[in-house]
Amino acid sequence: MDFRDSPAEAEFRARLRAWLADNNPGLPTSSTDDEYWARQAEWHTSLYDAGFFGLSWPARYGGHDLPTVFDVILDDELASAGAPPRPSLGYLVQGITVHASDDVKDRFLPGLISGRERWCQGFSEPDAGSDLASLRTTATRDGDDFVIDGHKVWTSYSDVADWCILLARTDPDVPKHKGLSAFAVPMDQPGIEQRPLRMINGITSEFGQVLFDDARVPAANMIGAPGEGWRLAMTIVSHEREPGELGYVARYKKTVKDLEATVRAEPGAFRSDQRASVAWANVQAEMLRLHVCRRLSERLDGVDHGPGGSIDKLLMTWVEQTVGAAALDVSGPQAVTDQDDVALKIYLYSRAQSVMGGTSQIQKNIIATRILGLPQS
Amino acid sequence: MDTRDTAEQAELRRSARQLARELGPSTVADLDDAARAKRLAGAVRDAGWLSLRDDGGDGAPLASGVEAAIVADALGGAVADVAFAGPVLAADLARRAGVPAGDGPVVGFASSLLDAAVVPGSVTTATIHAVDSGGELDAAYVLVPEGSDHRLGQVRIDGAHGAPSDGSDLTRVVHTIQPGASVELVPDQDRGITRDDLARWAALGLAVTSADLVGVMRGVLDVTVAYAVERRQYGVPVGSFQAVQHLLADARCLMEGSVSVALHASWAVDNLAPQEACMAGQVAKAYCARAARTVCETAIQVHGGIGNTWECSVHVYLRRALLSSQWFGDDGEQLCQLERARLGAVDGLS
Repeated sequence: MDFRDSPAEAEFRARLRAWLADNNPGLPTSSTDDEYWARQAEWHTSLYDAGFFGLSWPARYGGHDLPTVFDVILDDELASAGAPPRPSLGYLVQGITVHASDDVKDRFLPGLISGRERWCQGFSEPDAGSDLASLRTTATRDGDDFVIDGHKVWTSYSDVADWCILLARTDPDVPKHKGLSAFAVPMDQPGIEQRPLRMINGITSEFGQVLFDDARVPAANMIGAPGEGWRLAMTIVSHEREPGELGYVARYKKTVKDLEATVRAEPGAFRSDQRASVAWANVQAEMLRLHVCRRLSERLDGVDHGPGGSIDKLLMTWVEQTVGAAALDVSGPQAVTDQDDVALKIYLYSRAQSVMGGTSQIQKNIIATRILGLPQS
Repeated sequence: MDTRDTAEQAELRRSARQLARELGPSTVADLDDAARAKRLAGAVRDAGWLSLRDDGGDGAPLASGVEAAIVADALGGAVADVAFAGPVLAADLARRAGVPAGDGPVVGFASSLLDAAVVPGSVTTATIHAVDSGGELDAAYVLVPEGSDHRLGQVRIDGAHGAPSDGSDLTRVVHTIQPGASVELVPDQDRGITRDDLARWAALGLAVTSADLVGVMRGVLDVTVAYAVERRQYGVPVGSFQAVQHLLADARCLMEGSVSVALHASWAVDNLAPQEACMAGQVAKAYCARAARTVCETAIQVHGGIGNTWECSVHVYLRRALLSSQWFGDDGEQLCQLERARLGAVDGLS
């Protein structure tokens, strides 16, 4: 056990720190900003071009073939520099890497990792959220193409995406989990209609509904074999639940740092319960940082955590919501008198964490039956 | 960075858990089995675990804080009724003072809160506690201020001023030393205990108490999950009810988060700057103390009526968690310390 940097890690950290000193855009890091995606895209390109993105991914696709613990260093340094967090793409990369053919990987991974092409994830539907396998969007073979019809929802950044990793039913005659296939669908085509949804904190652009009406996708864009869509979806969502894959630690640490600075600037202005709330948020964020470090270290042995991602998802949820509550506590009356109060937006946004990527209740079901070995209800 | 056990640490973890499981109490009634407890104490001593923080010959301890935490975790997991952390922490303090570790009676130290261990002058004016030093303790270390540093003092534990008390924890003994007990400097100290020494010692105390809490959570969850699978109501195992499953899933998450912070705290003891090591311990203790209480309370709830009886072992875990939480300060104490360090002091409150 050694939490210190190895020589290679120390060299990387120093190089990253030096680069950040000159290249930190210091942009708002919370998802409260309407221009979040555009700014995040610039940040993605900037990190990628400087060689600081996709650290643990294959060099063949634009990554760096480094151990996953380098992602901890990246998050650490982004947080302490007050820089925006790294783009959260790990789960898509993992899903494509595990399930796609070499042709599909060669075609899509470089653009995804470099940020040249933007992606969204078309899984959930109005009647298929937690019960994802009952989704009704169909993909019907027509010559060299599949024709897509259906309705997706909670599709983050669908309006700016070039590609959608779409889950659709290709075989209605087999049990529901077995009739699904996945595709890389081009978003810029007739037959795709966007309907943005206004989020709880007032943001309009983060997620939307997407309607597919005779949209088309080449059959060659199928990811994995026909009927393999469910397995790909499970790979993606299990990685989508891991804070180490998402890079959110940097975001939470940054918010806590900002809250601490606010309190420190005027110590007498805050009640003891407000101070305690910030202190507890710091403990939670630090716990998650160390937890991610442990998980990514375990991966050095090639351990795949499988259902363990549900534990990490719940921990991450508790941290984000604790940090959000602390922001609300520190803001005090301003959070209710100012619609644009940053703390209010951080707090409201934090409520999504216990729903997206599978609700907390779904995670607990998984932990109970697959990790604790309790009998199915 | 690599948070995994080395091969030696993994072997220590395995053997400590096995020994604790084999010789620790399996039932509440086992706590009255003096022959078993004696075998356990002998095995812990023979394994060399009480000497982990003795002088290795060059002033450095024989083993790191990580190894001490690994043993503490194993003993906590089995609610093992044997003195471990008390003697190890006493030895760590003695080493820092340059006092040779002897074969004499195991010497304990004061106290539950770090601040209370600092005894002004030569006579104690506050109640202090010697925690987890075995039943036959006749002296306890205290810290005597000397300039900005400390020397190691000793209070005698006798009928007049100190006695084993019946505390909440059924597995470890606490001696309560009353105000008025006289303090003598321990002779032949090579050096004073510096502020940095004291911070590292506190970091070790926070790390081993956090590790003990992690073990308690693991142990009580194992017992409780097994019970939820076996115990039937309405014709099905209670563990098949989603309401019960969600309580246990929450508890498991709290335990996993605790493992992550406690590992770091144990490593920090010997590897970070003293104040940073202390802060790592404060983060771990704040998290683990809150988590352990929730996990143990969940265990009692899931056991239903039987969980509220003396004969059900879950209260033994909760009681142990209560003492480990208070020792070196509970979650509230740690949050206050962290708050002062990170947010600055408020006028009128230091």
